[in-house]
Amino acid sequence: MWRVFRCILGRDVRLAMRRRTDLLTPLFFFVIVVSLFPLGVGAEQQTLRILGPGVVWVAALLASLLALERLFAADHEDGTLEQLVLTPQPLSILVLAKVAAHWLLTGLPLVITAPLIALQYHLPEASRITMMLSLLVGTPILSLIGAIGAALTLGLRGGGVLLSLLILPLYIPVLVYGAGAVTVSAIEGADSLPYFSLLGALLLLALIFSPLAAAVALRISLE
Amino acid sequence: MLKVVDLACRRGDRRLFSEVSFDLAPGTLLHVRGRNGSGKTTLLRALCGLFTPDAGEIRWQGQDSRRLGEDYHSELLYLGHLNGIKGDLTGIENLHVAAILDGTAADEGQLRSALEQMGLAGYEDLPATVLSQGQKRRVALARLPVSDVPLWILDEPFTALDTDAVDLLQRLISKHLSKNGLVVLTSHQEVPLTSGRVQRLQLGD
Repeated sequence: MWRVFRCILGRDVRLAMRRRTDLLTPLFFFVIVVSLFPLGVGAEQQTLRILGPGVVWVAALLASLLALERLFAADHEDGTLEQLVLTPQPLSILVLAKVAAHWLLTGLPLVITAPLIALQYHLPEASRITMMLSLLVGTPILSLIGAIGAALTLGLRGGGVLLSLLILPLYIPVLVYGAGAVTVSAIEGADSLPYFSLLGALLLLALIFSPLAAAVALRISLE
Repeated sequence: MLKVVDLACRRGDRRLFSEVSFDLAPGTLLHVRGRNGSGKTTLLRALCGLFTPDAGEIRWQGQDSRRLGEDYHSELLYLGHLNGIKGDLTGIENLHVAAILDGTAADEGQLRSALEQMGLAGYEDLPATVLSQGQKRRVALARLPVSDVPLWILDEPFTALDTDAVDLLQRLISKHLSKNGLVVLTSHQEVPLTSGRVQRLQLGD
C-alpha cells in the first residue's frame, strides 16, 4: 500500500518539477499579497504588528486555494484519474498521496518563506517562529479540506469560483486558531500552546476524514 | 465468468439501453457494436464500476461486482477513450506508474520489452507529449502484455493505430483469449481472431 502511496507522491512531485511555472505561482502570489499590505497601510509599526498575523494567514489561505483547482483536474483531463479509481488499491490512500504532494509543492514553500516576509510587519522573532510553526501545522489542513472541494467540483463549469465558495468557510477555524497563535505569541507571558493543540486536533481529524470524503466525491464526479 | 442481467443505463433523462444481458465464458470476446450515442462507452464504464447502472446487475464469478469492489478492480484492466498517460512523463515512467497501480510485479526489463513489443523501441525515454496520437495509444496499450488480469475492457482500442499496430493488438487479444481471458471491446471494425470465441452485442436499433 505504501508502495502505491510513494509512487503517486513521486509521480506528482516529478510532474511539478517538469512544470515549474505552476509550482511558483502560488508562492509568488503569497509573497506579493503579503508585501502589498505594508505599502497600502503605511509604515506605522504598531498597526503593522497588529495586522501581520492575519494578513500572512489570509494570504497563505488564498495561495493554497489557488493551486487546488488543478489537484484532480489535470488527472481528470488525461484519463489517469479513471485509472486511479480502477486500481485495486484503496482510493483514499491515493487521494492522501496526491494531497501530500500538493502540500509539499504549495504549502511547504509558504511555511519556509513566511518568517522572512513577516519581517515587513516588525513582528518579534518569537512571533515569526510561531508563525512558521502554525503554518506548518495549519497548511496541511488547508490542503486536506481543499481536496474534498476539488473532488466535488471536478469537471464543473466555473468550478474554480464554486470551489472557493465551498471551501473558504471551512477554512475559518484554521484561520482563527492559526492567526490567533501568532497574535498571542507577541504578548508577553501568554501561551500559544492551546491554539496549537486545537490546530493539531483539526489536522488529525482532517487526516482521517478528508481522504475518505474526497474519494467518495471523486467517484461521484466521475460518473 | 462475467454475467450481466437486465442492465439498463440512462444519461440524464435519456434512456440509453435497457435489458442488456449476456454471459461470457472464459476465452470469449464480446464485441459491442452500435451507432454513435447508443451507449457503448457507458456500458463499458458500467462494467468497470465507473458508472452506476439504473437497473440490473453485473456478476463476476457469481458475485455482485459492486460488492466485490477493489477485489473486482484487481481482476480487470480498463482502457478508455483517454489514454490515461501523463504527457510530461516518458513512456517508461508512465508504464512504471501503471504497473505499480495495477499491482503487477513487472520489473524494468519487462516494461521495456513491453514497449519494444508495441513498436516503441527508441521512444521509451521521450516525454509522451512529443509522441504522435498513435504512439501515445501504443504506450497505453503496452499495459496489456504486462498485466496478468483475466478481464480486459477496451473502448475503441483500434483508433489512431496503424495497420501494424492493429495486427499486433489483435494478436495480443487472441493470446489473451487462448489463456482463458475475457475481452470486452467496442469497435466499428471487424476483429478477426485466431483463437477464442466471439460474441456480438448490438446496442440501439
